[in-house]
Amino acid sequence: MPKNVPNTQKLNTRTDLNALRNRLQTAYDPNKTRVRVCMTGCRASGADAVSAALAKEIARLPAAERKNIEVVETGCHGFCAQAPVIEIDPVSIFYGQVKPADVPEIVQKTILNKKPINRLAYKDPATGQPITQAAEVPFYKAQERSVLRNLGRVDPRSLDAYIRTGGYAAAARALIRLTPNGIINELEASGLRGRGGAGFPTFLKWRLARKERSKPKYLICNGDEGDPGAFMDRGVMEGDPHAVIEGMIIAGFAIGASEGYIYVRAEYPIAVEHLTLAIDQARKYGLLGQNILGSGFDFDITVKEGAGAFVCGEETALIASLEGKRGTPRPRPPYPAVAGLWGQPTCINNVETLANVPVIIGRGADVYNDMGSGTSRGTKVFSLAGKLNNTGLVEVPMGITLRELIFDLGGGIIDGKEFKAVQMGGPSGGCIPAEFLDLSVTYDTLSKVGAIMGSGGVIVLDETACMVDIARYFLAFSAAESCGKCTPCRVGTTRMLEILERIAGGNGKIEDIDLLIETAAVVRDTSLCGLGQNAPNPVLSTIRYFRDEYVAHIEHKKCPHGICKRRPANREANRG
Amino acid sequence: MARKSDTVSLFINDVPVKIHRGASIMEAAHKAKVDIPHLCNHRHLTPTGACRLCVVELEGEGPGRPLIAACARPAESGMRVLTHTDRAVAARRLVLELLLSDHPGDCLTCEQSGHCKLQDLAYEYQVADSRFRGRRNRYPIDTANPFIVRDFEKCVKCYRCAQACQELQFCEVIDYMGRGFDTMVTSALNRPLPETECVQCGRCVSVCPVGALTEKPSRYRGRSKDLKKTVTTCPYCGVGCAIVLETDGQHIVRVTSREDSPVNKGDLCVKGRFGYGFVNSPDRLITPLIRKDGELVPASWNEAIAAVAAGLKRTKQEYGADAIGFLSSSKCTNEENYLMQKFARAGVGTNNIDNCARL
Amino acid sequence: MAGLAAAFGSGAMTNSLEDIGEADVILVIGSNTTEAHPILGLNIIDSVKNKDARLIVAEPRRIPLVKYADMWLSQKPGTDVALINGLMHVILDIGLADKSFIKERTEGFAAVVAMVEKYTPDYVESITGIPAADIVRAAEIYAGADKATIIYAMGITQHTTGVDNVMTLANLAMMTGNIGQPGMGVNPLRGQNNVQGACDMGALPNVYPGYQSVADVGVRKSFEAAWGRKLPKKPGLTATEMTRAAGTPAAKGGIRAMYIMGENPILSEPDQAHIIAGLKGLDFLVVQDIFLTETARLADVVLPAATFAEKSGTFTSTERRVQPVRKAIQPPGEALSDWKIIGLVSSKFGYKMNYHSSAAIFEEIAAVTPAYGGISHHRIEVCGIHWPCPTPGHPGTPILHTETFARGKGKFHAIDYKPPAEVTDAKYPLILTTGRYLAQWHTGTMTRKVDGLNEIEPEARVDINPADAKKYGVKNKRSVTVTTRRGSVTAKARLTEDVPVGVIYMPFHYAEAAANAVTNPALDPVAKIPELKVAAAKISQK
Repeated sequence: MPKNVPNTQKLNTRTDLNALRNRLQTAYDPNKTRVRVCMTGCRASGADAVSAALAKEIARLPAAERKNIEVVETGCHGFCAQAPVIEIDPVSIFYGQVKPADVPEIVQKTILNKKPINRLAYKDPATGQPITQAAEVPFYKAQERSVLRNLGRVDPRSLDAYIRTGGYAAAARALIRLTPNGIINELEASGLRGRGGAGFPTFLKWRLARKERSKPKYLICNGDEGDPGAFMDRGVMEGDPHAVIEGMIIAGFAIGASEGYIYVRAEYPIAVEHLTLAIDQARKYGLLGQNILGSGFDFDITVKEGAGAFVCGEETALIASLEGKRGTPRPRPPYPAVAGLWGQPTCINNVETLANVPVIIGRGADVYNDMGSGTSRGTKVFSLAGKLNNTGLVEVPMGITLRELIFDLGGGIIDGKEFKAVQMGGPSGGCIPAEFLDLSVTYDTLSKVGAIMGSGGVIVLDETACMVDIARYFLAFSAAESCGKCTPCRVGTTRMLEILERIAGGNGKIEDIDLLIETAAVVRDTSLCGLGQNAPNPVLSTIRYFRDEYVAHIEHKKCPHGICKRRPANREANRG
Repeated sequence: MARKSDTVSLFINDVPVKIHRGASIMEAAHKAKVDIPHLCNHRHLTPTGACRLCVVELEGEGPGRPLIAACARPAESGMRVLTHTDRAVAARRLVLELLLSDHPGDCLTCEQSGHCKLQDLAYEYQVADSRFRGRRNRYPIDTANPFIVRDFEKCVKCYRCAQACQELQFCEVIDYMGRGFDTMVTSALNRPLPETECVQCGRCVSVCPVGALTEKPSRYRGRSKDLKKTVTTCPYCGVGCAIVLETDGQHIVRVTSREDSPVNKGDLCVKGRFGYGFVNSPDRLITPLIRKDGELVPASWNEAIAAVAAGLKRTKQEYGADAIGFLSSSKCTNEENYLMQKFARAGVGTNNIDNCARL
Repeated sequence: MAGLAAAFGSGAMTNSLEDIGEADVILVIGSNTTEAHPILGLNIIDSVKNKDARLIVAEPRRIPLVKYADMWLSQKPGTDVALINGLMHVILDIGLADKSFIKERTEGFAAVVAMVEKYTPDYVESITGIPAADIVRAAEIYAGADKATIIYAMGITQHTTGVDNVMTLANLAMMTGNIGQPGMGVNPLRGQNNVQGACDMGALPNVYPGYQSVADVGVRKSFEAAWGRKLPKKPGLTATEMTRAAGTPAAKGGIRAMYIMGENPILSEPDQAHIIAGLKGLDFLVVQDIFLTETARLADVVLPAATFAEKSGTFTSTERRVQPVRKAIQPPGEALSDWKIIGLVSSKFGYKMNYHSSAAIFEEIAAVTPAYGGISHHRIEVCGIHWPCPTPGHPGTPILHTETFARGKGKFHAIDYKPPAEVTDAKYPLILTTGRYLAQWHTGTMTRKVDGLNEIEPEARVDINPADAKKYGVKNKRSVTVTTRRGSVTAKARLTEDVPVGVIYMPFHYAEAAANAVTNPALDPVAKIPELKVAAAKISQK
């Protein structure tokens, strides 16, 4: 345990960092029994009680045995469908849906006697066979975890653990060995594109910000993850906060910013807590502050909590919110790279993007660029949700097919039902039908079929889903979250929603479909920011692939799936 | 490195235009005498791109790209802007339809009728009705302050009033409230204006393109389009703001200011904009008065002038010209002050003439 | 005005309102700009917020501008000379005086150097109550600016030392070379729309139109020629002197008849009781106004006049900009334009005046007033013209004293601090100072006829610091009586930290709570401006 290696010494040089890492690694006994418990996402499913039961049970063991066992509270393991999950090292045994009552048996059999308990092991949905080895669980097997490398493995509240596993080596390399332009060139070679939604090349964003002469410059980490069903960024901020900070140090150095902000939604209290703690630790070690590792580079980070408006994920709205104003987007240009926070050059990157940076600088751009497909390189984290057996957080190389994502990692559809569609990219994304299951997932292929990569939300729908209802659900979200500034988004989304509600309620007319399409086109064409421009996507993609369901609602005056509620016609007829 | 030139050259509907760097496409179009419709853009306010009526196309940008808001997008050299393509016009018409779908159709009694940008644009784009049927925002009309009527049902959320309050008056009383379809542009928590820091300058009213903000003292007393407009100089403090009197022959119905007026550029204070009521006050003196038996009673001009001349003559004869004092007025015109001192000096023969400059 | 004229040769604003926006530092002293000159107030805030100008506000009360100021100097009322001398002391100390400007363009500096020597920051603190460190910092900011402008109003002039105050400000501007370019200057703000014009037109006891002295024989001869009459040699009485001489025997230099046009001295002149008695004692009083004012009620003849909206002519704004007044509607009933009435009276009196338009009068003004020589109604149609504009081809002069001062060299005046005419004592322990509300104007003749404005500012309030209120047992929002050596007024108390301890404040718009019933008629010896800004007072509540 890193606690054995007290370190209050400030790291003044890269050599100091290397020496500390060596000391930590030497002191680390890989053969010690470690029970890794997810204490972030799994808390919702009772991880607290499991952890407490473990501690209690272990405390009853003789001291000689006890000192060889450690409970490590980690970030999200990813496999949320199995929550609460634990993994036991070094035997590498995985248990899901653990209850406090299971703990005595786990301690006796697995911890003390290294024996698996089949009852608690993951069962292959096809064969029903238990799989006890974590690495053999299909959900983990097919992943390529680089952004998520530390999630579920180390205690996110321990800087020493982060350093022991190679943390801050990339930052040290960047600050001491590389020039800002060198870093940007490596980013270019890696092919990294923004993971927040639009997929803008990260190196270009950095280069534009670097080019600006005006000082000070700011770096903002966008942690305002707002898509329903998306929790990639949350996982990273909660489970590996130092990866975000390390990415920010490198980015700040590359663009010439000495101040960074992390904008986190206030609904993520654990993320805020872990980030704040991590920043504090990094300052104490001299990894933030003046003259980091003797490089002459000064950088510090402030965590700001957002009030949870979806639109604050839009960069200009986020900046306004950071400035203490209402989070309302403004027209671009000028882009934040030229005039952002307080009118100064500002670079805004998403959490996952920044967490990728230490990977690229640490392992080299080539390694990163070797993964992926087309102009989408590296890995992408997806949150799998909906009618899947294996919901959770996964990281896979770009270019994986939807089929692999949904059926291999996701374990297929619950209760053996038929796959109907997958909603990619949240309320700004679109529905993709079964005919595209073999589509390789990249920025470009998704946009061709009417969806977007977005931040990586994947919601799987089965045969029972009503596509009009799905469109209505997502549009209602966008309409409610519209900031109200521009006409098409403020009024247009609501009018589209009303038409959808009419159709859903059995009061639609066939020409309503055309009016929907016409309105959608204008809302997309004329809205001020991405929220409005993309809000029609769920409607347009469902009309494109499931028009017959719309027609059925209109012709039969009811929902063919029995999901949409009927409404009396006269409530719709009166204007106002 | 070559210095960036101070001007940019672009094409608006194939017409070449040169304009200063930093100017918007809208300004360039204005220079090319092309009118791009808008509700939110205003010469003294930072472009917000809120109304989306000014959308245009850039040649070479495919249909996959969103349209460009001409008000907020800086003109760049080499741009080829198309302001009235089918796509842009169709978009504007639909945006107008959306606006009209949440707007009362009471133009018949609206103060702004004939002076309303939404009405003008609906006419120009022939949007007679909206195909959208749905809920409408309902708010009571707010008359709870001395000068400003706020009818939020007519608000098109152009945000001009808020900007005028923030950027021109530095009062920051008005901002967005709520979100989505329920968004309002109003005082914090929609509180009555007298409970805010509002100084009742009425700048918000002056920039409102529709009938959402109107002057309370002028209600139903005449629409701007029907009134005579006289540009003159404010009678209050010494700054000398230009004001426009809107009159119906006998009454001042309202006071406005031109955005291009030299001193105040459209700004006025509460007195300048709303302090005209004294002119048509029933307490005005309408006939000369002469004191008879201790009472002031109406008299003819002939009587009154004769009485004044006689009174002054008598004093002069009895005590000399320096026993007479003249107070001229800093509220009167130059011409009148000139005549007053001329009369005192050359007519009566005294330098006892002063005005209240010192007070 | 007399102060500036003595220093520069012209008493008007040196610069235009617009070019205040070019200043790096703005010193506002004795001006509650956002309430008394709201649109200029906006320009100042704009400079601070959008053009990085620094703002120093020197004002006893926490006026709204203080919110935007880099520094607020809250001087004890009536101590401005000490404050400005202190600033000059520091500027000399830190070597920021503009030596070449002083040498090339001014005279009399040595005496000022000698005078301000004793005005050390500590000494000035003891007089003004402003911390010495603030005086040093304010001096550094003002003198450190490339371009600094001074804006002042009645808070500077309405003192027995009003002329001294102004001349000291002129000293400060000259010693730092802040004259003659955009963003510089010394800028008095006129309280009323056409004070500048009324003065320009010679509605003053000592000068003809264009500030041409009545004592100058040559000038008098030329006006005698122009007007066809012998003209009196002796300079006349000022408004305050006239109203105070009203009703006293002619043998003692008293005034026996008055012709008052558009003024309401019962509310505007200090020491109201004395004024009323004087006006009542006149043999003959003519009042020409738009309403039956408090003064008109005492008249023998009342003549109904037209408002600005009912006549044509010109106003000259505080920045010397001559602007048009245009007729929009007919006057009510039989009311007539003032110029028509004067013409009728004058002709009947025996001095013929036959003008058929205000434009014709203006032509005559241009002919006898060099600064207006090139101006005509036609030329000011669009945006007015700043005088001096001597010839029809001249573009006007937004900035004065660019090459030389109007009087040749700028003249320094060494001014020593003199306390106000009334100082506080055991019986009258508080300083009463007066001013304006945004939504009312002057004596209220116009604004108090506007319902909405009365809704906003229905009544006078006496602003009292809570510490003083506690000391004298005054409760908030209850009637309080303010008493001075002249008399008493009663108005609602408002407890506020906006006034410093020892100072109370009230407006002069309200006849029913007339501040001038209690203000001090003591005059500045030169400008004859009464000390409306400082009176010793006491407060009491029943």
